[in-house]
Amino acid sequence: MQTLRHTWFMVVRQSRNLAREPIWIVLLLVQPMIWLILYGQLFKNVTRLGGFGTASYVTFLAPAIVVMNAFFGATWSGMSMITDLDRKVVERFLATPASRLAIVLSQIVRSAVTAAIQAVIILIVALALGVHVHTGALGWVVVIVAAMLVNSAFAGISQAIALLTRREATMIAIANFIGLPLLFLSSTLLAQKQMPHWMKIASRFNPVNWGVKAARGVVLPGTDWGIVAQDLGFLLLLSAVTAGFATWTFRSYQRSL
Amino acid sequence: MDAIVADDLRKHYGAIQALDGVSFAVRDGEVFALLGPNGAGKSTTVRVLVTLTRPDAGKASVAGHDVLREANAVRRTIGYVPQDSGVDPYGTGRENLMLQGRVQGMGGRDLQSRVKELLELVGIADAADRVVRGYSGGMKRRLDIALGLVHRPRVLFLDEPTTGLDPEARVAMWAEVSRLAQAEALTILLTTHYLEEADELADRLAIVSQGRIVVEGTPRELKAQLRGDAVQVELQDGRLDDAKRIMASVGAEPETVLDERTVVARVEDGGRALPGILAALEGAGIGVAGVSLSRTSLDDVYLHYTGRDFQREDRGEQ
Repeated sequence: MQTLRHTWFMVVRQSRNLAREPIWIVLLLVQPMIWLILYGQLFKNVTRLGGFGTASYVTFLAPAIVVMNAFFGATWSGMSMITDLDRKVVERFLATPASRLAIVLSQIVRSAVTAAIQAVIILIVALALGVHVHTGALGWVVVIVAAMLVNSAFAGISQAIALLTRREATMIAIANFIGLPLLFLSSTLLAQKQMPHWMKIASRFNPVNWGVKAARGVVLPGTDWGIVAQDLGFLLLLSAVTAGFATWTFRSYQRSL
Repeated sequence: MDAIVADDLRKHYGAIQALDGVSFAVRDGEVFALLGPNGAGKSTTVRVLVTLTRPDAGKASVAGHDVLREANAVRRTIGYVPQDSGVDPYGTGRENLMLQGRVQGMGGRDLQSRVKELLELVGIADAADRVVRGYSGGMKRRLDIALGLVHRPRVLFLDEPTTGLDPEARVAMWAEVSRLAQAEALTILLTTHYLEEADELADRLAIVSQGRIVVEGTPRELKAQLRGDAVQVELQDGRLDDAKRIMASVGAEPETVLDERTVVARVEDGGRALPGILAALEGAGIGVAGVSLSRTSLDDVYLHYTGRDFQREDRGEQ
């Protein structure tokens, strides 16, 4: 209970800081817009290859871009922890009865909330581009939840890396290192059917792909709710595991003081 | 009753023995200073007492709570103002204070009025709703102190409260700390590497050097142990032993040798003794490059108990 309250207080603090510099949210949105608008236009005929489940490439692409954006955002989320460590904000909290768990969790929750806000904005733009969400309002919710879960799963890892390395340069290197491979090993840009066999296998173990499949599943016709639930379930489980890992690295940070 | 008790604290970081058996006690309601040069172990001692760092060995308690076994009870009782601020620069002064109060379990009207009261008490009420990034160094330091006081702690830890402030702001901060100690009925443990600061603020102080407490007492007691004045003589060449013998023969017993050319002696009345000392040295053909006379200060106390010059050690020289 105290952990939840403290998490809330700290999320409020981080969100307020973020809102003071909304340029950050704008910057994080430029890239997905480029993918959505430029890439969507450039490759719009790719659906003729088959296996896309729709003739409209932008409809195929939009839910995946929401998830991709959430994933990229998550790989950077540890930067905020490093800033707080550098500025000794974390140490100040450690000398109070503040919940230790909340210090870590608030970073992950803030990251996921940011991803949700971005998801809504991207979806609105997608709507303007003529994307139709087949399952309606519930579909919107599922896309946003998928984005949040992919984000929190990777935010946990990013927090752990931040706490282990405590260096911005290392964080940037790792974020770049895992970003593109996990993107291309998913069906974000191309239908699963068009992938080489080994990639299909690899993508099954890629959490980004779980999110993409769930989000796309509710946007395109022929939704299989069982698969959507299963993908979201896996992501939830993974989020719990990575949050646990981040908390464990926080303990080792405390011991190092 | 003792507000703070440290008992044989030890802590090492790699090959460095930061604390090598630190023991002292701070009485309820007093202002106690840990005085020592950079790297002496003052901050590490404070970090153990505020539950940030676990000691390798030894025991400590604050306000009757054991820092290891009852860490959360200690955290509720203390205010900690660290050396590096720890303020969130992107929040306003008020937001920083409100969050600090909330994690200390405060809320509602009580917290709001306490924050307002503190903002006025430390004199930053006008800047309360501005983002901290735009604060001056002095204002930031005042906010730091207010953050340590939100939950009405009984014991306040100030780690190097005036480092980085200009001399004027430093004197203002001294007045502030004295006033707060009174207004909030606090026990204060402060660390400093400014001898004047300890002299000015502390009811009692302990000199820390190389992870140990060297001596402990009131500033007056410590200075009284060193009667008379310090005469520091710098020689033109290195005939140190001759110089020491000659100085002793005219009643200026050499106390410490600072380097191969500088010797410090203690005499009852420096002004009177000085001409005699210089004449004797000249008579023996020993050239004097410089001489200085000083009334007893905590500098001398440090030199006396550690055999090292405080200022040089503080700058990291040997």
